[in-house]
Amino acid sequence: MLKNRIIPCLDVKNGRVVKGINFVELKDAGDPVEQAKIYSDGGADEICFLDITASNENRDTIYDVVERTSKNCFVPLTVGGGVRSIDDINKLLNCGADKVSINTAAVENPKVVLDSSKKFGSQCIVVAIDAKKNGDKWEIFTHGGRNNSGLDALEYAKKMEDSGAGELLVTSMDRDGTQIGYDVDLMNKIASKVNIPLIASGGVGNLDHLVDGIKLGNASAVLAASIFHYGKHSVREAKEYLDSKGIPVRV
Amino acid sequence: MKVTIVDYNSGNISSVINSFEEVAKNKVNIEVTSDLGKIKSSDKLVLPGQGSFKGCVDALNKTDGLTEALNEFAINNKKPLLGICVGLQMFADVGYEETETKGLGWISGKVSKIDNQNGKFKLPHIGWNQINIVKDSKLFRDIENNSHMYFVHSYEFVPNDKNVISATTDYSSNIVCSVEKENIFGTQFHPEKSDKIGLKIIDNFINL
Repeated sequence: MLKNRIIPCLDVKNGRVVKGINFVELKDAGDPVEQAKIYSDGGADEICFLDITASNENRDTIYDVVERTSKNCFVPLTVGGGVRSIDDINKLLNCGADKVSINTAAVENPKVVLDSSKKFGSQCIVVAIDAKKNGDKWEIFTHGGRNNSGLDALEYAKKMEDSGAGELLVTSMDRDGTQIGYDVDLMNKIASKVNIPLIASGGVGNLDHLVDGIKLGNASAVLAASIFHYGKHSVREAKEYLDSKGIPVRV
Repeated sequence: MKVTIVDYNSGNISSVINSFEEVAKNKVNIEVTSDLGKIKSSDKLVLPGQGSFKGCVDALNKTDGLTEALNEFAINNKKPLLGICVGLQMFADVGYEETETKGLGWISGKVSKIDNQNGKFKLPHIGWNQINIVKDSKLFRDIENNSHMYFVHSYEFVPNDKNVISATTDYSSNIVCSVEKENIFGTQFHPEKSDKIGLKIIDNFINL
C-alpha cells in the first residue's frame, strides 16, 4: 500500500536555514545539510528546500547546499525557489536534486512546465501553487506571495497537470506561518480536480493538522516546516501519530 | 572490481552516482561513462533511466554501438546488470509511453500505463510502497519482506514469463517492481532514494 508522505521543508537563504512567518520575518535556524540529514535519519520521506528570497537575489549558494545534501541524504530531495528556466532545472538536477519545484515561472510562462517535463520527465517537475482566498475562490500569487496573478487556483492546477507537472505543492498564503492548520478546503478542491498527487503546505501548528491535511484535504503528502524545526515534534513522532490515526505511513 | 553506471543522457543520474559512491566507499571503483570500451570491460553495469520509455530508448540509440555493447555485456557475456526504473522497463520488447517503441527485448513483455481505475488512483505512483518479495533473490539478501521502497512512475513492466518476477507492490493493481533473469536484475523502485534499505540493495548488487 502506498504511504502518505511527511516532508519537512527547510527555508534556505544564502545557504542557511531560516524560518518564514508569512514569508517575512526571518530567523536563522542552522545549517541545511545538517538539518536535512537529521530529518532523513529520523524517517522523513522526502526533504524539501525552498530558496525563499531567490527570486530576487543571487542564488548560487543553493547549488552547493544541494550538492552536499545529496551526498549525505538518500531520500528524495525537492528544491524550489527562483527556478526560472530549463537551465536552472538542469543545474539543480545535476547538483543532486531529485525534483524541482517551479512557482512564479510556471505562472508567467507555462511552457517552462511543458518543456521541462518533456526534457526531464514529469517525475521531477513539481509545480508550486501559492493560493490566497478571495471571496469564494482562490487566486494564485507569485514572487513569494507578493504579486496577485488573478488566476483561479483550481483552473490553474488543472492546467499545470495538463502541462506535465508530476505533483502539485499547494500552499495557502492565508495560512502560511499562522500555525492554525492547512486550508483543507483548498487542498480538497484541488485534489479532487486533478489526478496527480498533491502536497499540502502552509499553516501546520500541530500533529492533528497533518492528519487533517490527509483526511480532509485529501493530500498525498504533507509538508511542514516550523513544527519540526524548533524541536516541537520529531518526524518520527509525527509518523507515529498519523499511524495511530489510521493513516498509512512508512514507520 | 569495476562497476559502471551507463551515462547515456537518460535524465538525472546524480542520485544514482551518489548512492553507489556512498556504498562503494573506495572498496569498489565506480565509473560513470558512455565509453563503449569501458562499458564492455566492466564487471557490472548499472542502467539508470528517467523520463519516458521512448526518451530513454532514443537516448540509448543516439550513442552509436551502445545497444550492441549492452547486448554483448548482458546477453553474450552474461555479466551482472542492474536496471533502475526506466532502465528496467527497457528490458521489455516494447513500451507504449508517448508512442509504441521497441525495447531491448531481454525479458519478453511490455511496458504499459498503470491502470488508475478511472482516476481513483493518482498517477504517477509516487512515494513509499512496500515490496512483496516473491522470489529468493541475491538482490534482497538481508532485506525483509514488506520493506518500503521509493517509487515514482506511471508505467509498469508486464513480463510474459511470471517466473522472472522477484517482487511486486500493491497500488491500483499488483505491480511488478523487481525482476531477475539469470544475470539481469531490475528494480522499478529507486534503491538510490530508498534510504538505508535501498543502499543495502545497491550493496547486494555490488557484492553479487
